[in-house]
Amino acid sequence: MKPFAELLDRLIYTPSRNAKLALLVAYFRSAPDPDRGWALAALTGGLGFKGVKAGAVRELAMRRVDPVLFGWSYDYVGDLAETTALIWPQRPTNRDWPSLTEVVERLHAAKRAEAADVVEEWLDPLDATGRWALLKLITGGLRVGVSARLAKVAMADYGGVDPAEIEELWHGLEPPYEELFAWLDGRAERPDLEDRPIFRPPMLAHPLEEGEAQALDLTQFRAEWKWDGIRVQIAARGGEVRLYSRTGDDIGATFPDILDHVTFQGVLDGELLVVAGGEVRPFNELQQRLNRKTVSAPMLKKYPAFVRLYDILFDGEEDLRELPFDDRRQRLESFFAREAPQRMDVSDLVSFEGADDLETLRVSARGTATEGLMLKRGDAPYVAGRPKGLWYKWKRGPLTVDAVLMYAQRGHGKRSSYYSDYTFGTWRQNPDSGAGELVPVGKAYFGFTDEELKQLDKWVRDHTVKRFGPVREVSHGLVLEVAFDSVHRSTRHKSGVAMRFPRISRIRWDKPAGEADRLDALERMIE
Amino acid sequence: MTASIAAPHPQTWIEIRPQGLFCVPGGFYVDPVRPVDRAVITHGHADHARAGHGAVAATPETLAIMTARYGAEPEQSRQAVRYGESLKIGDVTVSLHPAGHVLGSAQACLEYKGARIVVSGDYKRRADPTCAAFEPVPCDVFVTEATFGLPVFRHPDDRAEIAKLLDSVALFPERCHVIGAYALGKAQRLIALLRQAGWQRPIYIHGALQALCDLYRDHGVELGELLPATAGQKGVARDEFKGEIVLALPSAIADRWGRRLPDPVVCMASGWMRVRQRARQRGVELPLIISDHADWDELLDTFDDVGAPEIWITHGSEEALMHAASARGYKARALALVGYEEEGQ
Ligand SMILES: [Zn+2]
Ligand SMILES: [Zn+2]
Repeated sequence: MKPFAELLDRLIYTPSRNAKLALLVAYFRSAPDPDRGWALAALTGGLGFKGVKAGAVRELAMRRVDPVLFGWSYDYVGDLAETTALIWPQRPTNRDWPSLTEVVERLHAAKRAEAADVVEEWLDPLDATGRWALLKLITGGLRVGVSARLAKVAMADYGGVDPAEIEELWHGLEPPYEELFAWLDGRAERPDLEDRPIFRPPMLAHPLEEGEAQALDLTQFRAEWKWDGIRVQIAARGGEVRLYSRTGDDIGATFPDILDHVTFQGVLDGELLVVAGGEVRPFNELQQRLNRKTVSAPMLKKYPAFVRLYDILFDGEEDLRELPFDDRRQRLESFFAREAPQRMDVSDLVSFEGADDLETLRVSARGTATEGLMLKRGDAPYVAGRPKGLWYKWKRGPLTVDAVLMYAQRGHGKRSSYYSDYTFGTWRQNPDSGAGELVPVGKAYFGFTDEELKQLDKWVRDHTVKRFGPVREVSHGLVLEVAFDSVHRSTRHKSGVAMRFPRISRIRWDKPAGEADRLDALERMIE
Repeated sequence: MTASIAAPHPQTWIEIRPQGLFCVPGGFYVDPVRPVDRAVITHGHADHARAGHGAVAATPETLAIMTARYGAEPEQSRQAVRYGESLKIGDVTVSLHPAGHVLGSAQACLEYKGARIVVSGDYKRRADPTCAAFEPVPCDVFVTEATFGLPVFRHPDDRAEIAKLLDSVALFPERCHVIGAYALGKAQRLIALLRQAGWQRPIYIHGALQALCDLYRDHGVELGELLPATAGQKGVARDEFKGEIVLALPSAIADRWGRRLPDPVVCMASGWMRVRQRARQRGVELPLIISDHADWDELLDTFDDVGAPEIWITHGSEEALMHAASARGYKARALALVGYEEEGQ
């Protein structure tokens, strides 16, 4: 438990991806089996304990701590597990720290009523960091800034293999991943996972910048719409079906309306959308169904899911990934005709004559449920990752708004001495007083050059009116042109709108703040 | 114990005034926050030792620190009082006793007609290679700080914190570890702890730490080789800091000065680092929980050690400490003194 606790304690403060990887690799190198495998499971969200809830942590604390002191401490610390870990009055014990494996095995075996007693016994030998890690682990809220993807990349670094290999195997393996570590350590063969509906890492596209389309030999490319949903993979193998996100997360549990209709065997690539009455609905509606643990019947009815197919990786047992795109496309069409799957269709190819024609199509995409065009080479095999020169995404032009800088926050890592995260607002009339006021509409931390960052940082320091920890409020004097992909309604923001992918496209040093855009301008761009 | 039936309770001869804690029969203040005619100073931190007093009594080390900070102050009359020595001011006998906080830090023991009050200033109970260890002085009233007066503040072993730092230096040889530390006490203690842990390389220090490091050395504290971290081209990361340890004021790291450091791991040595939200707010990548103040357990243990029936609390989280002291049978009172800062701000 000690190395794992120390790892979590470091990760939670480490902003840089490379530093996180170094910490993870160092841990995998030094921790024994099966501890490191359980750690990997915890970091990738694959470890749960039913018996212990947040409420149980408070109860544990109350067994030993003066409730008045606990109350004041909790107010100060702001986190229940952390407060309990810090305040815990240790009793002398001759127990040692439990290993991570012991924690996992005993809690998995414990009955609901026993769990709290088991945990209490561990809290005495542990130190404050150990207690914190234990309580975070068992209440299922690690939140140390490591995605499942990052943990897998760390495994790849550890074993000196391509991350795609880890991804390819991942969903066929189970904690504590001893087969995987044995292979990465060179002690065993690569695990054999045929006959399992594992995630196959998808092929991704490079963005095509303005003007680049002219330089491509367009006769070699096929065009498709880039639908505005989320990229998914349906894997049906050996009688099991899975729905994976682009990063390999199994999101099938909340999409029975897709999976229950799968009768075929194979692996397909497509876009998950909400389609109602034959029409693709805005991304915002799909958002209602994402990141949930369960799905209700009214949800299923109100936001019916649908998959628009782009590609086929396996037809039954047959791996098609080496075939050129044009051949796979034919195989996809014949597969679809043969299997006639429900709640799916095949994304159309878009015919075009030359670059100008494409440009017209791309610009016309605004107002539809697409984000632009995809260009795919007819002779390209299906290659995991983002290979050069084969697939391009050509997004429709971004929307822009002129907004006023309101707050700036210090960045992380290399940027920690700069105010590099900017919250900006647009004007509106205060609904009560009728006076003009700025209301925050978004936050951006990229889009500018290093030189511009220095200028922005200086401007922030020179125009600070208030400081709150790492945040500075600035006087309303700087206009930023903000580019974004789309804007939708949001009840979580005071302004009632939220942008997708906002970035600073230009600093309008010349423009008076009073001439920045009004909130209505953004509201008109809602699709 | 000194209290007898005739001894006047300190509450009859100690007053809380806007300038600070005032001893009426002695006509002096302890750690006044504004210039006064006569002051007894417990230690050299700027919020306790201010400039501009008429007469000052303090340990020789504290007087040297005040000179380093404010110059000679020729108008001022100064009286050096060594640990264990005493001095008569008016009808009051003042003696100074080690507080274990920083070099020269002292508890002021004031004795008047057989009654005794100890004003402890800031103190800690852990071993510190750079200063004399706290000595409990039996008294009728013990005046305590409460900087870490919440039970979540229980400082870990400082050697484990230094080990955490050195592990990180080994893991990230391409990066520079910069530690934010207060100029008086914390910086020198960190250097001494690093030396104890076997770190032999030169340690780079920000210019603002130089004078006090020199002063510590003059008082016999070994710090090993220290090099200035201030040279080099402005705004350009210096490669020679890769794999090295740099000490600086926390304000310097967050500011433009910090840009000379190559891909720094920003560390901060403070008792506040115990609470994650606080460490994260300050953009710290490696918090080191090393404090020069007593933690919760040490505060309560100290009350037992000095045996005073009554505890007065000056600054910090008074509420929780009063609650806990009362629960242990002490009479506790919050003085609500203003003007003292948090450690390391
Ligand atoms: Zn102090
Ligand atoms: Zn203080």
